[in-house]
Amino acid sequence: MVLNEADTRDGSSDVEQLEKHNIIVTTLEKIWNWSRARSFWPLSYGCNCCPIEMMASGAARFDIARYGYEVFRASPRQADLLIVAGPITLKMAPVVKRVYEQMPSPKWVLAMGNCATSGGPFRDGYSILPGADTLFKVDIFVPGCPPRPEALFHGLLELKKKVERGDY
Amino acid sequence: MEHLFTNIAQILTSWMVSLGLPPIWADLILLIGQWTIIVVIVTLNVIVLVWLERKISGFIQERLGPNRLGPFGAFQTIADAMKLLTKEDIIPSQADRWIFMTAPMLFIVIAVMLYAVLPLGQGMEVVDLNVGLFYFISLGSLSTICLLMAGWGSNNKWSLLGAMRSVAQMISYEIPLAFSLLGVVMLAGSLNLSEIVTAQNRYWFILLQPVAFLTYFIAATAELNRGPFDMPEAEQELTAGAYTEYTGMRWALFFLAEYTNLVAVSALAATLFFGGGQGPWLPSWLWIIIKTYLIMLVFMWMKWTFPRIRMDHLMSFSWKVLIPVSLANILITGLGIEFFRGMGW
Ligand code: SF4
Repeated sequence: MVLNEADTRDGSSDVEQLEKHNIIVTTLEKIWNWSRARSFWPLSYGCNCCPIEMMASGAARFDIARYGYEVFRASPRQADLLIVAGPITLKMAPVVKRVYEQMPSPKWVLAMGNCATSGGPFRDGYSILPGADTLFKVDIFVPGCPPRPEALFHGLLELKKKVERGDY
Repeated sequence: MEHLFTNIAQILTSWMVSLGLPPIWADLILLIGQWTIIVVIVTLNVIVLVWLERKISGFIQERLGPNRLGPFGAFQTIADAMKLLTKEDIIPSQADRWIFMTAPMLFIVIAVMLYAVLPLGQGMEVVDLNVGLFYFISLGSLSTICLLMAGWGSNNKWSLLGAMRSVAQMISYEIPLAFSLLGVVMLAGSLNLSEIVTAQNRYWFILLQPVAFLTYFIAATAELNRGPFDMPEAEQELTAGAYTEYTGMRWALFFLAEYTNLVAVSALAATLFFGGGQGPWLPSWLWIIIKTYLIMLVFMWMKWTFPRIRMDHLMSFSWKVLIPVSLANILITGLGIEFFRGMGW
């Protein structure tokens, strides 16, 4: 029995799949994933130049609202998606981690820009974390310095596919 | 068409009585049925309203708004609602558990209770209360307590600050709200909402009471915590105000209640100032829906057009402008009534 196509790729057995997913709510889980994939509410968080592109993606020319992802919440308690836009300094790291932990699950992280992916131009600096994935699990990386709003949308749509597969 | 719903109710009652049920039980069952219908309609309506608000905000900002999910993005809110249902429910460990948990429930209960007295068509109010308007205003001010409970219960400084602000704001705007409605009450000579509608047979009260309508509209916006008066959730200063700690469905309940309040306040405005269900050709319940929706559109238009007002300006606007204006309106209305009565009208 293949519950989820995504699971067959890592060669896990059926029993392992059943352990991973709750068998009682498989169909419901699909409906939930359908809705979760279509309503990411990002946290309004950003700490450098990438957020400018993130703001541009909310404005008239690019309009993130078309996909229904425009509900930027100020409180992490109501957000589903943490867009890590910009470099994470060592001082900022505990704060970001805490914000991430304050978000209710299921939650996702999108690393936007080279800084959040790998440290970017500041990688060799003494004060920058080499990527957001050193702090928590990152679902999608969007490279670019800064990535254009289209690239951000591409990342969001890839994340949408991923969530719809139940692959998180 | 006009008596569609009242006839259905009558048929149901007589059917239940013919089954041998005492009339009082039949009435009770009918009342429960009416409540269920109101709750269902209110909830479904909010789904439409949220979509409408997002679309309108998009159009005002020269964007398209949600348009990927369903025709014109109409299923967007359904996805959002389903997602909110399945989110993790976090209750902070330092929170006052009971107060934290009851606040959103109480908020929505109070919001739905407002519909008890609203005439949603001719002879279509759930309870024909002779102090209907008084009931409406007093219930409306109760929701302040829920916000305070949410703020206090969360044990979070932003929540408490936001709650304090909204309480201060709602208490100061309650006064002009009530005063502005007094002019209408003086003209109609009744606090019963359906009698006020009947009193507007010849002309709508918006013609006689334009100032009262303006003060009501502004004060109601502040009461609803909607922009440009959405102080309690000023993101830049207060994160999400009293709602900061709420997740998933609990937060959605607050949201639901706010939109429910919006519909109720707009329906009240339609009832008091725009002749309620009166209008040509269409049945009265359809007219009140049309009028309510038009007023709600103006509320949304206001929200997305004006920037947020500073807190101290907000308070001084209420105490220094709205209250004197609404008081003067009462005086002038009284003088006018006496004057026209003296003329023999
Ligand atoms: S990736 Fe480039 S644009 Fe983005 S925050 Fe880093 S330096 Fe700035």
